[in-house]
Amino acid sequence: MSRRERRWRGPLHDQQRPSRGLLVALVLACLTVMSLDSLGSSPVDPARRAVGEIFGPAEVASAAALRPFTAVPRWFRSKDSMQQDLLDLQAENSDLRSQVATQDYDRNRLEEYDGLTAAAQSLGYSLVPARVVGLGPSQSFSRTVTIDAGSDAGTHPDLTVVNNDGLVGRVLRVTRTTATVLLIVDADSVVGGRVGRSMEVGFLHGRGVLGNDGRLDLELVDDTAVPSKHDTVVTWGSEAGGPYVAGVPVGKVTTVYSSLRETAQRAVIDPFVDFGALDLVGVVVPTGTTSDRAVIEADGGLR
Amino acid sequence: MNALRALVAAAAVGVALVLQVTFFPHLAWDGIVPNVCLLVVVGAALVRGPEFAAVLGFAAGLALDLAPPADHLAGRWALALVVVGYVAGRVRRDAQPTAGTVVATVAASSFVGSSVFALSGLVLGDPIGIPELLEVVLVGALWDVLLTPLVLPPVMALFRHFEPDRSLA
Repeated sequence: MSRRERRWRGPLHDQQRPSRGLLVALVLACLTVMSLDSLGSSPVDPARRAVGEIFGPAEVASAAALRPFTAVPRWFRSKDSMQQDLLDLQAENSDLRSQVATQDYDRNRLEEYDGLTAAAQSLGYSLVPARVVGLGPSQSFSRTVTIDAGSDAGTHPDLTVVNNDGLVGRVLRVTRTTATVLLIVDADSVVGGRVGRSMEVGFLHGRGVLGNDGRLDLELVDDTAVPSKHDTVVTWGSEAGGPYVAGVPVGKVTTVYSSLRETAQRAVIDPFVDFGALDLVGVVVPTGTTSDRAVIEADGGLR
Repeated sequence: MNALRALVAAAAVGVALVLQVTFFPHLAWDGIVPNVCLLVVVGAALVRGPEFAAVLGFAAGLALDLAPPADHLAGRWALALVVVGYVAGRVRRDAQPTAGTVVATVAASSFVGSSVFALSGLVLGDPIGIPELLEVVLVGALWDVLLTPLVLPPVMALFRHFEPDRSLA
């Protein structure tokens, strides 16, 4: 009986007095970190990098270890040979689709280049292949992924990331072995876009939603230009190719609407990339970048 | 022994974080994954009380804020998990918590944690829609409750095994 009483008294005694001071100190520490991180050149960034150097390799290793298991559902859906055929056909299909999608844009560009006699030998870009190893949770309300190509592979912040369907996003920060990529569907993401058919330029804003509802809003600079349905939007590209290189297919116009109060036309874009099922991506780097892996050149060869 | 306890707690949080980022997105519903780090903090709270859990919540939250795919303002998950650790620690009873208590604590903690994070975003001016916010909070809580039978027993056994006053009992 006395043992029972002691058991009841001891922990209850602690429990009734949890330290308020500790709670206040921890909450203040959180607020301090938040205010430090909101400064222009954040003092938290070195800490982010250091934590990334520890968790990055762990995420890469874990994703590699889990890959056979995460591939199991796909393996069940089709038999071995069919699976290979299916992958080949899907690759061919998305290749053809992107050719069709950029046809208008390509034709316009061709006309522009027609007067020029000198043709560039190469585009000046190569692709570093990488796999998506980690996805940020929806609970964090930002759409970011980790890829397994870091500064050792030749990546650095503000590089374009694509896959075989179109534009994926841009590199935000890198560690030695991993890079964090901001997807274009993130609510903070803004991409310069160009309507392939009319060459009109505008800005693509993400909505912060993944999956089938993952859409982008296109706001054209010229308010007299009305994009039509099924027009393809490609990247506009900025000076020196950063953060986004020009001419990467982004998506298709699904609906157009204009309001009297706003000066610009708005269109809703359905992205070509399925952001719910990202796996193999490529980081666009300048030709001649030294990398720890084989780099895909503009002509399709490996180096 | 103290260093070992801290190391075990850190390892539990690390494993939870890596699983949450690499494995659970394959099962995610609309990008919403179970918050395994939060489950570890709740497990610690039920076994070790509010103070330890609040400190562990701060560490786990900072890891969530800083580890690679994260791109929000650092300190927001830390704040959310400090609150979760403290609140979950207050329901601690001396007797072994029943399954019902554990599930209810997890559901409430998940709701509180996701809400604190989302509300801090609203205060800071993040463009978050209220329907999306509700969806994320409710589906997240459902996920955490579904995962409770798999995660909480081993986590609580781990923290009980490394409890400081165990040798006195």
